[in-house]
Amino acid sequence: MSDIRLEGVSKRYGPVAAADDVDLAVAQGEFVTILGPSGSGKTTLLSLIAGLNRPTAGRIFIGGRDVTDAPAQERNIGLVFQSYALFPHMTVLENVLFPLGVRKIGGAVARSQALDALKLVRLEGLEDRRPSQLSGGQQQRVALARAIVFKPDILLLDEPLGALDRKLREELQVELKQLQRTLGVTTILVTHDQEEALSLSDRIMVLDKGRTQQVAAPAEAYLKPANRFVAEFLGIANFVGLEDGRTGLVRPERVRIGAIGTAAKTARVVEAIYLGQMVRYHLALENGAAGAPMVAAVPFVGRAFATGERVAVSWEAADIWPV
Amino acid sequence: MNRQERSTGFGFVAPLLVLMVVAFNAPIAYMLGLAFWDKGQGFTLEHYQGLLEAPVYLRVLGNTMRIALIATLANVLIGYPLAHWMRGLQNRARLVAIALVVLPFWVSILVRTYSWIVVLGNAGLVNRALQWSGLTEQPVQFLYNELGVTIGMANVLLPFLVLPLFAAMIRIDDRLLQAAASLGAPPRTIFWKVYFPLTLPALAAGTLLVFILCLGFYITPAILGGGRVPMISNLLDTLINQIPRWEQASAISTILLVVSLLIFAAYRRLDRTASL
Ligand SMILES: Nc1ncnc2c1ncn2[C@@H]1O[C@H](COP(=O)(O)OP(=O)(O)OP(=O)(O)O)[C@@H](O)[C@H]1O
Ligand SMILES: [Mg+2]
Repeated sequence: MSDIRLEGVSKRYGPVAAADDVDLAVAQGEFVTILGPSGSGKTTLLSLIAGLNRPTAGRIFIGGRDVTDAPAQERNIGLVFQSYALFPHMTVLENVLFPLGVRKIGGAVARSQALDALKLVRLEGLEDRRPSQLSGGQQQRVALARAIVFKPDILLLDEPLGALDRKLREELQVELKQLQRTLGVTTILVTHDQEEALSLSDRIMVLDKGRTQQVAAPAEAYLKPANRFVAEFLGIANFVGLEDGRTGLVRPERVRIGAIGTAAKTARVVEAIYLGQMVRYHLALENGAAGAPMVAAVPFVGRAFATGERVAVSWEAADIWPV
Repeated sequence: MNRQERSTGFGFVAPLLVLMVVAFNAPIAYMLGLAFWDKGQGFTLEHYQGLLEAPVYLRVLGNTMRIALIATLANVLIGYPLAHWMRGLQNRARLVAIALVVLPFWVSILVRTYSWIVVLGNAGLVNRALQWSGLTEQPVQFLYNELGVTIGMANVLLPFLVLPLFAAMIRIDDRLLQAAASLGAPPRTIFWKVYFPLTLPALAAGTLLVFILCLGFYITPAILGGGRVPMISNLLDTLINQIPRWEQASAISTILLVVSLLIFAAYRRLDRTASL
């Protein structure tokens, strides 16, 4: 088991900086999610930590040891690729046995370890299938089993749930979180799904164009983003003008709406979207910042306001975060 | 597919099928049938018996097999590393390499074979280089023996192995190799456990194709062997054009065909188990 430390890590591809002076410290057993749009350098960062790529600048430490120039084979990292990268010519069991064979573990011991790993990801009974005979979700779990079977110090997961439908994805998110807790393994997950990031991780790291935007606990990053990019990337952001001329962020859940006369500011309902427990209103403010859009998400109790209706809008000063 | 569709489809193919049967299959069947017939006697196995009794035929058959095997082996030993090296090239260099491999296809096989005489002859490039460097006193005899025939055949048939092999190799996702590395496998293990097995079906296909082509090769053994390296096709030439013994030639062809088909069947089996 190990902690990870990146110090000023950069990776350039010609003029493109896929990773640009990145600092990150992940504690032993911590679950950190890297979040960012497509092409922001998430996969690059993982491949640098895994040792599949060498950084153009900076150092990488695992368990306090400088591994910047150590080959992938020596890092004892379980890596799940964005594309799973299962060996097509091997069965499920052979895939999971592979890292054990490399470590000179064989026979009944290896077999029972592999079966345990498959059980952990709930894939019993499919040992003799080929990857091509599995569904996307099953392939993902084989990749996960193969990455944990040799008890790696670190688990790196590159959008492991990206190809799955919503329901399976939510199930596997729970499984993944439990698995990580059971194994106590230091984990970095890559995703561009902000809900996944917010729900799974101890901390999240937001990346854009290879640069770190913020590293913080999910709630902190959501409510107190370091900049506009983070604010907009982590969900719906309402920006309001502050008295001192700066801009403030108010999240939709913090906006309150009521009948006309209950608050000073008013708005017109442009769209009311019913989401089950919540209703999301797209509003156009009237006084002050006339026409400025605003989104409010309020619990659905009793009556919902209709499109075109005028409502009173308010928020607490404490719910504003300057960006 | 229902019966109606099948019959309409057949209607379109029928003329072609007739042409194929008349133009290709019927002559072959006639040729193969010759061995089983004797004028005035009807069905006979005499000609096959003749083959078994004359040791020269069996010797030529064995000789052919051996040369084909060596040429195929040489092909694999050169072709596999070559295809692997091409996979690692950058885009433009790769195109050039492919062009160089394919180029011989566009040059007449006669020209290519004769060019080996220029290279390997007693006053050829190789011998002159060897003598100049003092490695040998006398010119080394490359031509008009099995060595020359093997070198020539290996060269002519190389693209048949390299191209399918290269196609299979570039289909291998680099991430599979990276995955193997991240799972702790050293380069040697990555090659033997991941890379090589993924190229094996193409290697088997290419090898068998080259071997079958070697068995029936005519021009190169004829020219580079100078008549001193008897192989089956040259024997057939003699039997048909010089001492007309068509029945004997037919019997030999039948054996050659059966051997080729057996090898092909073995390959199909191999391929099917590999792709399961
Ligand atoms: N081998 C490479 N050669 C050149 N450029 C590369 C290479 N790998 C990545 N890049 C570039 O580096 C940047 C970051 O790529 P990366 O794959 O890390 O993005 P990502 O955040 O994982 O994106 P996605 O969410 O789409 O997977 C991109 O601009 C990409 O084009
Ligand atoms: Mg990626």
